[in-house]
Amino acid sequence: MTALAAAVWAALDTVHDPELDQPITDLEFVSSCTVSGDGVAAVRLRLPTFFCAPNFAWLMVADAHDAVSAVPGVVRAEIALDDHFAAPTINEGVAARAGFVAAFPGEAQSELDELRAVFLRKAALAGQDRIARPLVDAGSTPEDLAATRLDDLAPSPDLDRLRQRRAAVGLPHGPDAPLLLHPDGAPVAAEQVPLHLRRARLTRVGIEANTHTCRDLLAARYPEEVVSS
Amino acid sequence: MYEKDGEKYFIVDSHSHFWDASRENWKPGAEQYAKGWIDCFYGYHQLGPPETHWDYEHYLKVTPDDFERDMFIEGHVDYAIFQSTYLKEWYTNGFNTAEQNAQLLDRFGDRLIVNGRFDPRDGDAGLKELEADAEKYGLKGVKLYTAEWNHGSRGYKLSDPEAYRFLARAQELGIKNIHVHKGPTIWPLDKDAFDVADIDHAATDFPELNFVVEHVGLPRIEDFCFMAVQEPNVYAGLSVVIGGLMHARPKFFAKVMGELLFWVGEDRMTFGGDYNIWVPKWQVEGFVDWQMPDDDAFTDYPRLTTASKKKILGLNAAKLYDIPVPPECQLQTSAGEQDQPGEQLLTEAAAAGTP
Repeated sequence: MTALAAAVWAALDTVHDPELDQPITDLEFVSSCTVSGDGVAAVRLRLPTFFCAPNFAWLMVADAHDAVSAVPGVVRAEIALDDHFAAPTINEGVAARAGFVAAFPGEAQSELDELRAVFLRKAALAGQDRIARPLVDAGSTPEDLAATRLDDLAPSPDLDRLRQRRAAVGLPHGPDAPLLLHPDGAPVAAEQVPLHLRRARLTRVGIEANTHTCRDLLAARYPEEVVSS
Repeated sequence: MYEKDGEKYFIVDSHSHFWDASRENWKPGAEQYAKGWIDCFYGYHQLGPPETHWDYEHYLKVTPDDFERDMFIEGHVDYAIFQSTYLKEWYTNGFNTAEQNAQLLDRFGDRLIVNGRFDPRDGDAGLKELEADAEKYGLKGVKLYTAEWNHGSRGYKLSDPEAYRFLARAQELGIKNIHVHKGPTIWPLDKDAFDVADIDHAATDFPELNFVVEHVGLPRIEDFCFMAVQEPNVYAGLSVVIGGLMHARPKFFAKVMGELLFWVGEDRMTFGGDYNIWVPKWQVEGFVDWQMPDDDAFTDYPRLTTASKKKILGLNAAKLYDIPVPPECQLQTSAGEQDQPGEQLLTEAAAAGTP
């Protein structure tokens, strides 16, 4: 792989499935990624089913387009979604930078920022379970957890991820921000901690179970194909 | 009826289909959608155990004899409840219409219940159709798709005034089970179509009706559970949950079951085998054999007892649909009873959630 191709792949690593909160590279949604000698990056994407929600599909194609276009040395990004009922509309709409509403006249009334925010808030809730669960197992009480600030926690990829998700939707994410936050950003009182943790875990289970089903459907759909990068 | 280790399980499959996805039925000009739709189902089919996988051609269309064997002879099912899916824009004669289902009703009427439908956007004409269907089929349930398009309308909410008119009439007609599809959908394009807030309102305002949320709102199980915990007349339809996760992802199946047992409870969960995405045999047998794993990650989830399995596999749905259960299979379940207010359910959940 050339340095430019590696940089394009790294850019794709930053593109997430908004619903699953995972990079499209890890999910094996990138079926090929090549960069020509004159700097044209061609990326092909695939999804678990022909009818996967077109709004999420749009966001992934658009985000891939933005991320790859921003790589120094790439003169043009060609992102193509394959094997999807709305692929032509999505591919052409993203390439033309038309916006979602313009690409689907009469079928959509708003851009997808709010949809994305809904899922970032879910990810921020699920992320609290990833961090708090080991603390509970180690003996932390509801009072301890309600008083825990982000700065009190050991650095970890999960903590970085939580901060990023919160920052993206404007929730408190600085050193003094509480570990436990309601979806609307309000702090969680000690007596609310048990139910809050149940809710955070439930959210995480929902996202992760969905992720596994998507992976299984993708593997059933593309049983022997190998990603070339 | 399924018998294992001396225990008898009365099986009600509350979510099944009888579809025609044969090539002859693919509408000219829309073949790619017709194929794409059934291919999508065929992907789910492969989440079941390999020895239960069918050849694609067989999967496209089964015969009434196949249905009888797969459901009643080999599948242990005592009663099946049919839901309809039309999709006439892609399938010339429809994918799975009430008429197709009714063919089977002639032959297996003593073991089949065909649910109706309504769409509040159809207005007075729709109300008349519902009344006619209720009389013709003796409807006790309907299946609703709130995200469906209708003459340029981009879906509706169960809490809309017009929907309330239909729910009130349904209740008068003796229809007491409202199945709502809150699962994967295509439209509306710009929103998440899984919002369950409308069920929350309708369930509060129609306490005599039972609201069965099919696919437990997957992939938004968290929204569903947090609503259901506050509504004593909201049920978790397990269609796709057992078929899609029990074999393919046993650990996540255990977690999802654990969450549902905690938030919704074993008296408000109903089995659905999704024929013919999968056959019921392996789902029923596997579920009877299934146990919550012993490792630490699962210790604070409720356990499933033999009694819980009997309720989930049939007795809860039997109660909702007044299906007669042989005396040797009977057990008490609070399904269909709404003696606990939502606040109490939430308080109990909070108390049980202590880490």
